[in-house]
Amino acid sequence: MPEDKTEQMALLPPFMVSIKGEELAVRDALGQFLSALQPLSLSVEEAGTVELVLAEVLNNIVEHAYPEADTAGFITIACAHRQDGLHLQITDEGKPMPDGIAPLGQRASLDVELDDLPEGGFGWFLIQDLAKDVLYQRIGTENQLTMRLAVAVQPTAAS
Amino acid sequence: MQLSTKTEEQLCIVSVQEDRIDAAVALEFKDAMREQTENSPATVILDLSQVQFIDSSGLGAIVAAMKSLGTDRKMALAGLTPTVERVFQLTRMDTVFSVFTTLDGALDELRH
Repeated sequence: MPEDKTEQMALLPPFMVSIKGEELAVRDALGQFLSALQPLSLSVEEAGTVELVLAEVLNNIVEHAYPEADTAGFITIACAHRQDGLHLQITDEGKPMPDGIAPLGQRASLDVELDDLPEGGFGWFLIQDLAKDVLYQRIGTENQLTMRLAVAVQPTAAS
Repeated sequence: MQLSTKTEEQLCIVSVQEDRIDAAVALEFKDAMREQTENSPATVILDLSQVQFIDSSGLGAIVAAMKSLGTDRKMALAGLTPTVERVFQLTRMDTVFSVFTTLDGALDELRH
């Protein structure tokens, strides 16, 4: 039987990226993460989704969980590739999320005067819009955010 | 933050010479834009054709740059790469700016 290349791609082995919770380390983390995904040959759109969601998550941690740069701890991103996409677990040891849950991330209203156009608050909207199954948990002294990105999804039909 | 600016009679073109506008450079971008567009003509075209990635902080900085022009001047965006364009579409910010696929397209339309 001829092999159909699109039929079944191997799942990527699980991997982890760990960085210091600082603004400049975020770019490093994104670079490392995307190069680890290279074997999946993601489309431009899929790679953009991964980079954008992860950037928003990491920027939020740097800004809110580790507001003082000199005491910033680590951020660890663990990635498991399953049939339904990439499962991410992002862990830090910073301040807890204010309400104990991940923000809903509503789209800001743009039907306003020029001066009142929002310059922020897009981050959680983008995360909630692009990622699935977003769950925040405070476990001991750690923040743990888990989510799924529906990219590199494997066909499920049995052959 | 590398920006290059070309001023014509009715408009000025600010080209971003960076591949990212993200949280690490958002403030710098905002300041550089304010400097470049001070006393600009009525139309400012922000050429983003070299920018491969923006995050929400970068988006916020672009919005801030537009707001700093006030109500008498306008900002148009040109040359959005696919990932950048998507951020504008997802947040509906593409409805707030005039968006042109290419810089030439923007010039054709806005020079008149």
